[in-house]
Amino acid sequence: MLVVAIFVFSLLYLSPGDPAIIIGGDTATPADIAHIRAKLGLDRPFLVQFGSWLWNVVRGDLGISIFTNLPVSRLILQRVEPTVALTICTMLVTITVAIPMGVVAAWKAGTWIDRLVMGFAVLGFSFPVFVTGYLLIFSLSIWADLLPVQGYVSISNGFFAFLPNMVLPSLALGMVYTALIARMTRASMLEVLSQDYIRTAHSKGLSTPAVLLGHALKNASVPIVTTIGIGLALLISGVVVTESVFAIPGLGRLTVDAILRRDYPIIQGVILVFSAAYVLVNLAIDVCYTFLDPRIRY
Amino acid sequence: MTAAPFDEAADLAALQRVAWRDAVRRHPTVVVGGALLVLMVAMAVFAPYLGTVDPQALSPIRRLRPPSAQYWFGTDMLGRDVYSRVVFGARISLLVGLGVAFFSTAFGLAIGLVAGFNRSVDAVVMRIMDGLMAIPAVLLAIALMALTKASVENVILAVTVSEVPRVSRLVRGVVLSLREQPFVEAARATGTRGARIVMRHVLPNTIAPLIVQGTYICASAIITEAILSFLGAGTPPNIPSWGNIMAEGRSLFQVAAYIILFPGLFLSMTVLAVNLVGDGLRDALDPRLARRM
Repeated sequence: MLVVAIFVFSLLYLSPGDPAIIIGGDTATPADIAHIRAKLGLDRPFLVQFGSWLWNVVRGDLGISIFTNLPVSRLILQRVEPTVALTICTMLVTITVAIPMGVVAAWKAGTWIDRLVMGFAVLGFSFPVFVTGYLLIFSLSIWADLLPVQGYVSISNGFFAFLPNMVLPSLALGMVYTALIARMTRASMLEVLSQDYIRTAHSKGLSTPAVLLGHALKNASVPIVTTIGIGLALLISGVVVTESVFAIPGLGRLTVDAILRRDYPIIQGVILVFSAAYVLVNLAIDVCYTFLDPRIRY
Repeated sequence: MTAAPFDEAADLAALQRVAWRDAVRRHPTVVVGGALLVLMVAMAVFAPYLGTVDPQALSPIRRLRPPSAQYWFGTDMLGRDVYSRVVFGARISLLVGLGVAFFSTAFGLAIGLVAGFNRSVDAVVMRIMDGLMAIPAVLLAIALMALTKASVENVILAVTVSEVPRVSRLVRGVVLSLREQPFVEAARATGTRGARIVMRHVLPNTIAPLIVQGTYICASAIITEAILSFLGAGTPPNIPSWGNIMAEGRSLFQVAAYIILFPGLFLSMTVLAVNLVGDGLRDALDPRLARRM
């Protein structure tokens, strides 16, 4: 996290344009600018500036947006809900689809079902989020007129008002993630299915579902869960794009707008928040290992 | 009258034909991927000779024409020919894909080799790499692009920086396991110098996984470039790239879907081709990895 913090701070430090000149305006004399610099602490050495910035971040102060003059932390909080909702919906859809797909593919390894699943996985890796997104919009919204084209309804307006707008973005965003997890599930299951205890379970008369779910999937779960955590990076990258395609006012849109306006404090804050979420989720997953596999101890 | 002599050339040709047929039957997807990729490269190289017009030529009178015999993929809101723009766009995508694949494997290899052999460098450099890996790749590239001017070179640079940590981690892992192998120990026991061990015994063994990784990086770099351009943080708008064309079609997609559809399909097909070739290379070069995936 410290490296992330240093990187993110350097981003602002190295960003073109001098904030003091911008704040001072056209009529500022060099003395005024020097005064503003001193007030903002911009004349102090890099490490001192970094220290005070880090202290502010720890207290939840991410600075002030250059463009809107509002605190970055407030702007981010306003936009968190749609992004978190989209991420959770996508993860739910993905996990309920991908893991059964992988299990069946491994069970029927070498058959056309397996090929179909693997073919889907390759396609999933190849179609970028925004291409899938637009294809879904064309087919299901414009052509079949089943679902809203774009937009977002807050979950506070009721769950059933919120849901239709989530379907297409979750499907589009979930493609890559589904492909990744299905592939990993299949690989991990194949490894486990070749073990002796699976043959034992079969020969003592357990039904196939019981063997697959109770014995195989449970032992195959650690790599799958790891992939779910690592795949979150893909998901975060995808969120930024998906929100643009489906006009969802979340953190991704905030990022894109900030890039277009070169609003560095916002870019900085969003990257910090996303990276922190990524690291924390993966930390939580590391802790989960002990539940999934009692042999793992920390 | 003489008996037909042993016709070496004809036999060889027949053998080659059989070998080809065999390869097609055993790896149909790789052959399809390779063919598709060759087609895309050819399209990028010969872009000016494929019935294209100047991809930047404005023609406001003929704006937003749907696809027709004259404008295969229609025209955009400035009357530019979408077909020409898509064909020329292939150049940017392939350039970025290949450039990033080359530079990130080169830098990743260097960093991974040094880190694998030097404990103190390893401790520092790998912590930095871990930190960079904690930032999702697209966001890292966006952040770097926000710092610099939009240009194709900078896109390559930004995407390379976000891919290098993964490569160096892979190389380091391979080096660390090779270091304990008997043949490296034997080389050291016979008094081979460190540099020679690296060049002769370790480096060749990192090449296979590196080539496989390189193709996947190429695929993901093509997507990342498209995403950056789509978001307005990538290739400058005066150069047609698939991401740019889609970004310009974004506000019009209910009226002129084709502006987004065609570059999107070409983009997906190219990435699919690279991925298929990558899968084939993986199966051929790295059976251990093939079993794992």
